[in-house]
Amino acid sequence: MSASSTGGKDPFISNLNKIYAGYTGGFIGFVIILGILEQMGVPDRIIGYMFVFLTIGVYAYIGIISRTAQVAEYYVAGRRVPAIYNGMATGSDWMSAASFIGMAGSLYALGYGGLAFILGWTGGYMLVAILLAPYLRKFGQYTVPDFLGARFGGNFARSIGVVVLVTASFVYVVAQIVGVGIITQRFLDVSFGVAVFLGLAGILVCSMLGGMRAVTWTQVAQYIILIIAYLIPAILMSVKVTGVPVPQLMYGFALERIEGLEAAFRAAGQTPPPGVIGFHSAPFVGANGQFSMSAAVNFFALVFCLMVGTAALPHILMRYFTTPSVREARNSVAWSLFFIFLLYFTAPAYAAFGKLEIYQNFINQPIASLPEWVKNWQIMSPYGVPWINIVDTNNDGILQWSEFRIHPDVVVLATPEIAGMPYVIAGMVAAGGLAAALSTADGLLLALANALSHDVYYKMVNPNAPTKQRLIIARVLLIVVALFAAWTAGNAGADILFLVAWAFSIAAAGLFAALVMGVWYKRTTNVGACLGMLVGYIVTSGYLMWSEFGGLSFLEVFGTKEAILAGARAGAGIATASAEFKAYAASIVANAATVQDGAMAWFGKALAGLGMSTDHVVLRGRVVARLWGINNISGGIFGVPLAFLTIYVVSQFTKAPSQAMQDFVESIRIPKGGVKLADSRAAVKE
Amino acid sequence: MMEAGAGPANEAPAAIDPATARAYWSKTSALMWIVLAIWFLAGFVVHIFAPSLNEIRVLGFPLGFYMAAQGSLIVFVVGLFWFARRQNQIDEEFGVQEDL
Repeated sequence: MSASSTGGKDPFISNLNKIYAGYTGGFIGFVIILGILEQMGVPDRIIGYMFVFLTIGVYAYIGIISRTAQVAEYYVAGRRVPAIYNGMATGSDWMSAASFIGMAGSLYALGYGGLAFILGWTGGYMLVAILLAPYLRKFGQYTVPDFLGARFGGNFARSIGVVVLVTASFVYVVAQIVGVGIITQRFLDVSFGVAVFLGLAGILVCSMLGGMRAVTWTQVAQYIILIIAYLIPAILMSVKVTGVPVPQLMYGFALERIEGLEAAFRAAGQTPPPGVIGFHSAPFVGANGQFSMSAAVNFFALVFCLMVGTAALPHILMRYFTTPSVREARNSVAWSLFFIFLLYFTAPAYAAFGKLEIYQNFINQPIASLPEWVKNWQIMSPYGVPWINIVDTNNDGILQWSEFRIHPDVVVLATPEIAGMPYVIAGMVAAGGLAAALSTADGLLLALANALSHDVYYKMVNPNAPTKQRLIIARVLLIVVALFAAWTAGNAGADILFLVAWAFSIAAAGLFAALVMGVWYKRTTNVGACLGMLVGYIVTSGYLMWSEFGGLSFLEVFGTKEAILAGARAGAGIATASAEFKAYAASIVANAATVQDGAMAWFGKALAGLGMSTDHVVLRGRVVARLWGINNISGGIFGVPLAFLTIYVVSQFTKAPSQAMQDFVESIRIPKGGVKLADSRAAVKE
Repeated sequence: MMEAGAGPANEAPAAIDPATARAYWSKTSALMWIVLAIWFLAGFVVHIFAPSLNEIRVLGFPLGFYMAAQGSLIVFVVGLFWFARRQNQIDEEFGVQEDL
């Protein structure tokens, strides 16, 4: 490796503060200029175009100037990203369209229940910092499967790692591309299919030439835009409602007023719209406002799965391979969480102020007098309902509580207009959402393509490939994966967004236990780890698929006869279900007298005494089964402990790892010095 | 052919006597368990009491809601900076920090 990428002073690295300060100032100046142009009468559409194209242009510029022909630069940015900047890059790598666009929307709809996302997506970084990041950095190769291969005896463990990584990252990246499509569609006024491919071009231009190095410096730029775009509308709303520009401290008053308005609506005999909880700040309640065991169990199960999933998602873990040292890796996790925290502790404020605006200004007003922006959002969403859906169910011309239906995914994008802010703010929020979706898509695509080019091609197929060829293969695979993801996104549309939550459970169950035990338990054997990963992965994905797509047949095995009948009745009544499925469900209902408990009903009702019985919910036009009443979004709650148990038990019965392997584990536990590989074939050539 | 100094894999492993390594690891593990306990308390235990904490209001916030929306997050962030500092001190105490 040449001196320029090890110790030599790079003018770019030593001027980072200046460069990014100038960039931040430039972005703010750009927003102000657009604000002035808006006042001078430039149409909204032009402003939307300028935001989208200028920000993507900047990312492309950074991507192109960061191009590289060195392997270590391509895979780990030369390992010289300072802790704070790696923290920012991780922040935008982490905060996806789901965080930026979706989270405040979930909080708007679910109230306290939505806080599971806030807790889960921050607390996981504690696990990353104390259990994994410093040790993976010390190990010091390129990918997460590299570690699995070196620690657990080679290509079999590496392949399982690749399979889990590809499954989890692929569904995740498809969802990001859908997110990019949603924003571009609204602000550029093009069709969803075209929007998806425009977004794809924006993603590829950032990552293709410079790999991790380009992605890192683009992600820092994207973080700056997304955090400004998120904080400013929240600050403006806080000033408008309370007069104090600190939304995170002031939204308590908004919460109080929301509770008051909710009580007033209820007193007038109104109900909340479908999907929105009527008790914003009450924890663990059902639709009637009473304590619900199922709500409580699902809250904690979701927090657990999101936390463990955070600590197992390879596109995040690989960011800590880029810091200059173990010490910097630890500091970097703390900075990552700090930068993520800035957005996450603002999201509940965003949701509360947005909800207050709507409840206060629009509910119980004449529908005819609604402002102009409502029409802009009454366009059809990829979910098959308009983004904002005004349904005058009782035909009285007045907008009741239940008649204003806003899709959670547009709460953030529409709030600036709802609160009467100038259009330039809406454009800025869109640019922020785009930055969030693009940065996460970049990181994920890179993780996917690296697993295929480095772990599969270089490590398994052709270990003698010269550097130049490895980089060409890496770039070709990046384009292939990106095109395939965009094609999937364009075809499946928003129907697959729910799969994102699965990525967390799958990564958690497949990888977390093996990674943690590999570092913290020297006795972990190759067989134990491989079996543990397989059990976690298969049990979790199997449970997710079966409960989601075969909910009724799941109930027929694990449900009592009452649960089976209830599921069948619900299934027969789903308008959009297939005729075949409805006929089958109806035949169960018709023969109700002969229905027996499922073969494993004893297992399904094992926790019934705690108020956790196996049942179903109707979601996404399907009967979705819930073992012990736990939603399948939290499916990892079963797989994670099983994976740990399998690894531990099997490791007791298989031959202890060799002394060389134990020395290897010793050497990654200590920051100082080099790594003693147990098998020199696992060494990385730079 | 690997060149020297390209990464930890190419450096000589540190010569640290086994007793120091054991003592270092037991202190590191103890810190890990402490932080894990903080994580568990702030991430789960306090929220079990959310319904009763909500009876208390500070600046309009029901306290149970506040803990899940902000309180626990602050504990996580501060906890991680503290952890990084503390672990670096342990490294130096045993002389196993990286030579930079």
